[in-house]
Amino acid sequence: MTRRRTVAVGIALGVSSSFLLVAPFLFKPYGIFILSTWAVMTVAAIGLNLTLGYAGQVSLAQAAFVGIGAYITAFLTTNGWSFWPICALAGVACFVIGWGLGYPALRLQHHYLAFVTLAFNTLVYLVFRNEEWLTGGIYGISNVPRPSLAGWSMNGAHAFYYFCLAVLALVASAIWWLIRSPWGRAFVALRENPIRAQSLGVDTRRYTLMAFALGAGLGGIAGALYAPLVQFIDPTPFALGLSLNLLLMVVVGGSGYFFGPFLGAIIAVLLPEWLRFAQGYYLMGYAVLVILLMVFCPTGLLGLADRLLTSTAKAAPVAAPEVS
Amino acid sequence: MSAVLKVRDLKKSFGGIVAVDGVSFNVNQGEILGIIGPNGSGKSTLFNCILGQLRPSGGDVHLDGRPVTGMRPCDLNRLGVSRTFQLLQVFPQLTVRENLILAGQEHRGGMLSRLIGPRDAGLSASADRMLDFFRLTHLGGELAGALSYGQQKLLDVAMAFMAGPRLALLDEPAGGVNLTMLVSLRDRLRAINVEQGSTFVVIEHNMDFVMALCNRILVLAEGRVIAEGDPAHVRRDAKVIEAYLGR
Repeated sequence: MTRRRTVAVGIALGVSSSFLLVAPFLFKPYGIFILSTWAVMTVAAIGLNLTLGYAGQVSLAQAAFVGIGAYITAFLTTNGWSFWPICALAGVACFVIGWGLGYPALRLQHHYLAFVTLAFNTLVYLVFRNEEWLTGGIYGISNVPRPSLAGWSMNGAHAFYYFCLAVLALVASAIWWLIRSPWGRAFVALRENPIRAQSLGVDTRRYTLMAFALGAGLGGIAGALYAPLVQFIDPTPFALGLSLNLLLMVVVGGSGYFFGPFLGAIIAVLLPEWLRFAQGYYLMGYAVLVILLMVFCPTGLLGLADRLLTSTAKAAPVAAPEVS
Repeated sequence: MSAVLKVRDLKKSFGGIVAVDGVSFNVNQGEILGIIGPNGSGKSTLFNCILGQLRPSGGDVHLDGRPVTGMRPCDLNRLGVSRTFQLLQVFPQLTVRENLILAGQEHRGGMLSRLIGPRDAGLSASADRMLDFFRLTHLGGELAGALSYGQQKLLDVAMAFMAGPRLALLDEPAGGVNLTMLVSLRDRLRAINVEQGSTFVVIEHNMDFVMALCNRILVLAEGRVIAEGDPAHVRRDAKVIEAYLGR
């Protein structure tokens, strides 16, 4: 990372972290709810970014994993289980299912793989909707309790927001570690040239499965946060629309960029709220914005920022060497 | 002299087209074997069958006496077999140093230790030595995609040697490389062969390069071995002149 880029990232990180910490005091409960939703969706998008952005495996099933995590949490916590082991269970269950879903990726690529994962998402959605004995069907599961930690209740909007933010920080730190480890390098090799990667000893089969499983696991954790956030779940939010929205977050933010999902989730979760003043036109305006961005900057917003930083660095005059 | 690689009656067909037709040869420890032949003679297909990229239609491959026919390329690599490809295969989004570390990291510990271990997998010093050996030290921090073709070619070859392979199969390492870089590449390969005792199989069209580098040459035409011997013998062989070298 160049010095200019490091400074830019440092400033952006400092400003946005400060904002996120004071935000609950600036907004009404609905605003805090939206910010909490942003944090939850960012966790899910970080998972998808790992699968798609770093490892290059297309997945349209992330909503299914968010849903599985949410239903596991809702079902068990409404039956008296503590949130904490359930949150871990949601992540592990999705990890295992994601590992299984990764097997088609060993044989299929690109749009073929997209269709397999899309079919999986649809299948899971149908289970949520039709298996009423387990999921409550279209009536869903209500009164999902919010967790408490060492006597500290997270029932309030502020407390639960900070909890979501803490989980996001934890997940982001873990993924930061992962992508900077040899695994991250292997994921990039898998994305860029799997045949060469194999010839260098990279077990592409294992890394492909791991990319799917880890991405799915993070989807499950996002689901475990989503259920107590909304406190009522039904199948509708976990349909294909959410998978496409999460894909949009990754691609618009900058696929394969660490901060891409953070920015993408702002566009997908917060921007529609800010555009509400446009009433009936806001979705049209939002769609036009996304189209323009994809046409002029297919590498996403962070790709655009990267390009601008690189071009300004090149354009900057080189200082004349001092002559003593 | 013990054979590192034994290829017996290897065959590969694509539908009705026979690309490799019963090729047999040995590669001895410390040897540099050249494989030459006209375009379409099956050289790269032969490599891909040996290295598990393609499943052979028939025949056997043995590494150090152990059957490895159809073994996955990553497993073969971990047994000490590395390769380069005909076309450049570096990772443009990684720096030159990271390309080298990637080329060695999977030989270090298990998956878990690579996750929780150091970012460089303990390979920074080896990568620096390799950069120095291939005269790429000044480019270590550059993205591989920003290098010139010749520099990328050197990197590509350097990656093949990062894990200290017993056997390296190099597919046209001199292709598209300018004369200065070519001499440097040949010298580096010779030095690795002498210093590390590595065994090479080299596919090459550049006759000066292959004749100067290799101890023994195998000539393929239409998927079959038509001649085998030392460079001087092969250069005089009437079948080789007819099929490949020309008069």
